[in-house]
Amino acid sequence: MRTYVAKRVLLIVPTLLGVAALVFFIMRVIPGDVTLLILGGDQAGRIDPSQIAAMKRQLGLDQPLLVQFGTWLWGVLRFDFGTSLWTGQPVIQELLIRLPLSLELALLASMVSVLIAIPLGMLAAVRQDSWVDYVVRVVSIGGLAIPSFWIGILCILLLVIYFGWGPPLEFTPPWVDPWANFQQMVWPVLTVGYRYAAVTTRMTRSTVLEVLREDYIRTAWAKGLRERAVVIRHALKNAMLPVITLVGTEFAFLIGGLVVTETVFTLNGVGRFVVDAVAHRDYPVVQALVFLIAFSFVIVNLLVDLTYAWFDPRIRYR
Amino acid sequence: MATSIELTHPTSATELAPRLTRLKAVGAFIRKKPLGAAGAVIILAMLGAAILARPLAPYDPYQADYSAQFARPSADHWFGTDEFGRDVLTRILYGAQIALFVGFTASLAGCTIGGLLGAVSAFLGGKVDLLLERLMDVLLAFPQLILALAVASILGPAVQNVVIAVAIPIIPRAARVVRATALSVKENVYVEAVSALGATRRRVVLQHILPNVVAPYIIMVTAQLAGAILAEAALSYLGLGAAEPTPSWGLMLSGSASAYAEKAPWIGLFPGMAISLAVFGFNLFGDSLRDALDPKLRGR
Repeated sequence: MRTYVAKRVLLIVPTLLGVAALVFFIMRVIPGDVTLLILGGDQAGRIDPSQIAAMKRQLGLDQPLLVQFGTWLWGVLRFDFGTSLWTGQPVIQELLIRLPLSLELALLASMVSVLIAIPLGMLAAVRQDSWVDYVVRVVSIGGLAIPSFWIGILCILLLVIYFGWGPPLEFTPPWVDPWANFQQMVWPVLTVGYRYAAVTTRMTRSTVLEVLREDYIRTAWAKGLRERAVVIRHALKNAMLPVITLVGTEFAFLIGGLVVTETVFTLNGVGRFVVDAVAHRDYPVVQALVFLIAFSFVIVNLLVDLTYAWFDPRIRYR
Repeated sequence: MATSIELTHPTSATELAPRLTRLKAVGAFIRKKPLGAAGAVIILAMLGAAILARPLAPYDPYQADYSAQFARPSADHWFGTDEFGRDVLTRILYGAQIALFVGFTASLAGCTIGGLLGAVSAFLGGKVDLLLERLMDVLLAFPQLILALAVASILGPAVQNVVIAVAIPIIPRAARVVRATALSVKENVYVEAVSALGATRRRVVLQHILPNVVAPYIIMVTAQLAGAILAEAALSYLGLGAAEPTPSWGLMLSGSASAYAEKAPWIGLFPGMAISLAVFGFNLFGDSLRDALDPKLRGR
C-alpha cells in the first residue's frame, strides 16, 4: 500500500506542472494586451509607447516569458499566487470573497443529488424492466437532457411572474442571515442538483445491476436472505464505490463548472470570476484559478483512487 | 493439428449462434428496447428536420421582419417570432443542422483521436504509455470553459471553432476508455489461446482484439454525442460559440430570451425544448445501445 500511495502522489506533480504551463502559455497566446486594456482601451495610437513600457515594467511583463513562468511557479510553491493586475489586491484575497458562494452551491447541490439519486437508482435496478425502472430511466435521462441554463431561465421566469422574486444583487453568507441565504440559494441549488441527480441515478442503477449478477449475490439469495438484506447489505456496499467516484469527480468539476448557473442567476461566484478575469486578461488571476481548480480536481481523484486501493487490494499490486 | 482445423471451421460458429438478418435484428431491438427505439425515432426526426430545413421551414431564418416582432404563436408562426420578427420554428429547424454538425464532428473527432492515443498507450506501454497518460491527465484536469474561452478568443466565435472547443475535452475520456478496454482484452485467456495456437500478431489484433474494442468505441461516440450537443448549446449561450445571426439553439436562449422573457416567453421556451428533446433522444438511444452491446448488462 505504501508504495502505491507514494507512486500515486508522485504522479500528481507532472499533471499540475502541465496544467500550470498550459494555462500560462494559453493566456499569453490569446490576443489582447493587458497593459493597453488598463491604460484605456484599444485606441493604441493615443497612448504614449513609453507609458506602455513603464506599465509593463511595473507589472513585470517586460521579463522574458520563461523568467515570468519561473517566478510564478516559485510563488505558487510558497502558496503566493501574486496580485491581480487590475485591482492590485492579492489573488487569494479576491478569491476568498467569492469562494463561499460557489462552495456552498456545489456542496448543497451534491447533497441534493445524492439524496435523490441513490434510492431511485437502486429501486430501478432491483425492479429492472418494470414500470418503475422505465419511469426512473425516462426521468433521469430527461434530467440529463435539459440544459441547466434553460431550467434556470424558466425558474426565474416563473418566480418573477408569480412571486415577484428577482435574482439577488448581493450574496448573503449563511452565517450572517440563514433565511436570506436559503432564499437566494434554493433555486440555483435545485437547478444544479437535479442535473447531477440524473447523472448519479444512472450510475447507481447500472452499477447495482452489474453487482446483482455476481455469484456472491446468488449465494446470498440461496441462503434464503430477504430481498432487503441482499440488496442493502450485500449489493449496495459493492455498488457504492463507482458512485462515490462519480460524486467526487463531479464535485471537483462543479467548483470550476458553475459558470453557466452563476450567469443565469447573476451570482458573483468563482465561475464568473474566471470568465471576467479572462476577459480582462488578468493573467495572475486566471493562472491561479485554473491551477487551483485543477489542483482540487487532482486531489479528489487521488482520494478516490486511494479509497479504491484501500477497499480492493488487487489495484495496489498493478 | 486437428484442433486448429476444428476451431477455424466455418460451420462451428454459425451452428452455435444462428445469425439474425438485419431486419430481424432491428425488430428484436425495437421489441426488447422500446426506449431505445423511441430515441432512434427522435434522432431520425431531427435528421429529417436538418436535411429538409429548407423545404420545410415556412420563412427565412435570417431575414428580419419588423412588422411581425414578438408575434404570439399562431397559425402563421407556430412557435411565434423573436425580437427581429424572425420565425422561431424556422430557426429551430435550421438550428438542428448546427447541433447535429457540432455533435457528430466533435464526438467523432474527439473519440477517434482519443481512441487512437489510448490504443497506442495500451499496445506500446512503457515510457510512451506513461507520457501519454500524463498528457491525458493534464487535459482532464484543465477546466473546459477556459479552453473554450481561449479557442473563442484566438480563432473567433464561429461554429467550426466550437467543434474544437467541444472535441478537446472528449479526447482524454476516450483515451482512458479505449486504453483500459484494450489492456483488459489483451489479457484475456482466449487471446493467449489463439496466440498459442500459432495465430500471427496481426491476426490476433484484427480478428480477436479489435472486435472487442469496437463496441465500447461505438457506445462512447453515441454517449459523447449528446454531451457535445449540450456543450455547444452552453458555449453558444455564454457567447463563446456561434455568433449572431446563426440560428444556434444555445444562442437563441441567450440575451434576448431572458431579456424579453416576460413579454415573449416563447422565444426562450421552444429552443430549450429542442435542445432537451435532441439530447434526450441521443441519450435514450445510446443507453439502449450500450445495454444491447455490453455483455455485462445483457439480460440474463
